[in-house]
Amino acid sequence: MGEQPPRMETDKLSAMYGKFTAVKGISLSFAANQVHALIGPSGCGKSTYLRTLNRLHEVSAGGWITGRVLLDGEDIYASSVNPIQLRRRVGMVFQKPTPFPTMSIRDNVAAGLMLDGRLPKAEVDEIVERSLRQAALWDEVKDRLKASALGLSGGQQQRLCLARTIAPQPEVILLDEPTASLDPQGTQRIEELVVSLKEHFTIIIVTHNMQQAARLSDTTSFFYIGQLIEHGTTKQIFTAPTHEQTEAYITGRFG
Amino acid sequence: MNPRAYRRFKSHVMVGLMGVAVLVAVLPLLAILVSLTLKGASSLSLAFFTNTPVPAGETGGGVLHAIVGTLMIVGIASLIGVPIGIGAGIYCAEYPASRLAGITRFVSDVLNGTPSIVVGVFVWTVVVAQQKHFSAFAGSIALAILMIPMVTRTTEELIKLVPVSLREAALALGYPRWRTSLTIVLRTALPGIVTGALLSVARAAGETAPLLFTALGSQYLSFNPDQPMAALPLVVFTYASGPYEEWHQLAWATALVLILVVFLLSVAARLATRQRFSSNG
Repeated sequence: MGEQPPRMETDKLSAMYGKFTAVKGISLSFAANQVHALIGPSGCGKSTYLRTLNRLHEVSAGGWITGRVLLDGEDIYASSVNPIQLRRRVGMVFQKPTPFPTMSIRDNVAAGLMLDGRLPKAEVDEIVERSLRQAALWDEVKDRLKASALGLSGGQQQRLCLARTIAPQPEVILLDEPTASLDPQGTQRIEELVVSLKEHFTIIIVTHNMQQAARLSDTTSFFYIGQLIEHGTTKQIFTAPTHEQTEAYITGRFG
Repeated sequence: MNPRAYRRFKSHVMVGLMGVAVLVAVLPLLAILVSLTLKGASSLSLAFFTNTPVPAGETGGGVLHAIVGTLMIVGIASLIGVPIGIGAGIYCAEYPASRLAGITRFVSDVLNGTPSIVVGVFVWTVVVAQQKHFSAFAGSIALAILMIPMVTRTTEELIKLVPVSLREAALALGYPRWRTSLTIVLRTALPGIVTGALLSVARAAGETAPLLFTALGSQYLSFNPDQPMAALPLVVFTYASGPYEEWHQLAWATALVLILVVFLLSVAARLATRQRFSSNG
């Protein structure tokens, strides 16, 4: 590693809501098949930054950016790039579980598969099973695939959303505080999954939980008031931060 | 009185007051249903549903012509009004800040408050007077005009209730915006929208004034929407204001049939849109 080109990269990226600048000129790169954590106090711009990576930021009222975001060296904000197609390559899981309430468990997982035309049913079933297995949910739901997704617990719903996100085989998975609404047990399962998933995907996770960032990630970036204060390997950030603010934050003295 | 007993006392008083409020609210509805049933049920028979009217003075006869008429007039009105209303509601919810949405909202609210007889006169002017004859279709247009603002506003409100997070989850999966709106947001809001549409259908089915100037009413069974047609509220109106005691009986019975038709419509629509799965498969 190290010499390989990054899977994803931002170059002097700023993100605005109308006249308010939430993210200020951030340049970062994310190597493939690693877990990258974004940490920082509330309102520091890390979620906004994450949402620029799949162009969801521009859906928000008044959202716009300057700078560049590269996926495999290609600018995803170029006029030739269709944001709809891009989002199939960069998946996302949100803070609160978001199963589609009108769909069964199976249809939820298959939701992202049917977008480019119909696949044979057998193939869909196969992908659904594989995705649910990867999300460690298969054994719990295999007998009720046709039941409503709303019957699942919060932790199960979140793993369902993870299965739904990995089913179309994106290259990058964005996780926006995926365990914030879960109990400790649900949190632990998601964390185990994240580590196991990096074999296939590049993962960028926003978290408020320092221990979580330390346990899961290969690199950590510390955001503060829209700026990138420090970026490095997780080990370096947590054991020998070079900035005083970073040290203050990770040791719990502010934020 | 010790504080705990006093708090309990207050609680009981308040719960009691709310119970009274519920009773007062429900009582008129029950009274209507009971008196309709008492006065109308005796005149109901199978023949009442399968026959058309007989001349005054003879006994027997039914309201088949008006049942068919109401179903046709309201059916056509729904075909016109519900899709337009839902479409306008989706637009207002998807582009809430646009000028057109603001105008649509304002016009809908004004139209919602417009007396239905005004709509009847309006349709008389632009349709009936132009065609130079009354028609069921003109009645449908009048009812559709009454339905559209109701459906528009409820659709918009119910779509707005769907969490933004659900919309974003679909977009993040690579759903195009139109597909997100139709297959995720609209589907999620659908049961509520159906209820809203049904309320408007039920209201339209009971409207009398707009039909007086448009569908006019008729003594005969007709399936031609270009001709005058009977409708249940019109029959109630005619019979109730007539001079004969038998007519008054028929008016009660017809009113009961009208309630039944509306009730059956809502049951059918609810069955058609109920969730396809139970919570545990």
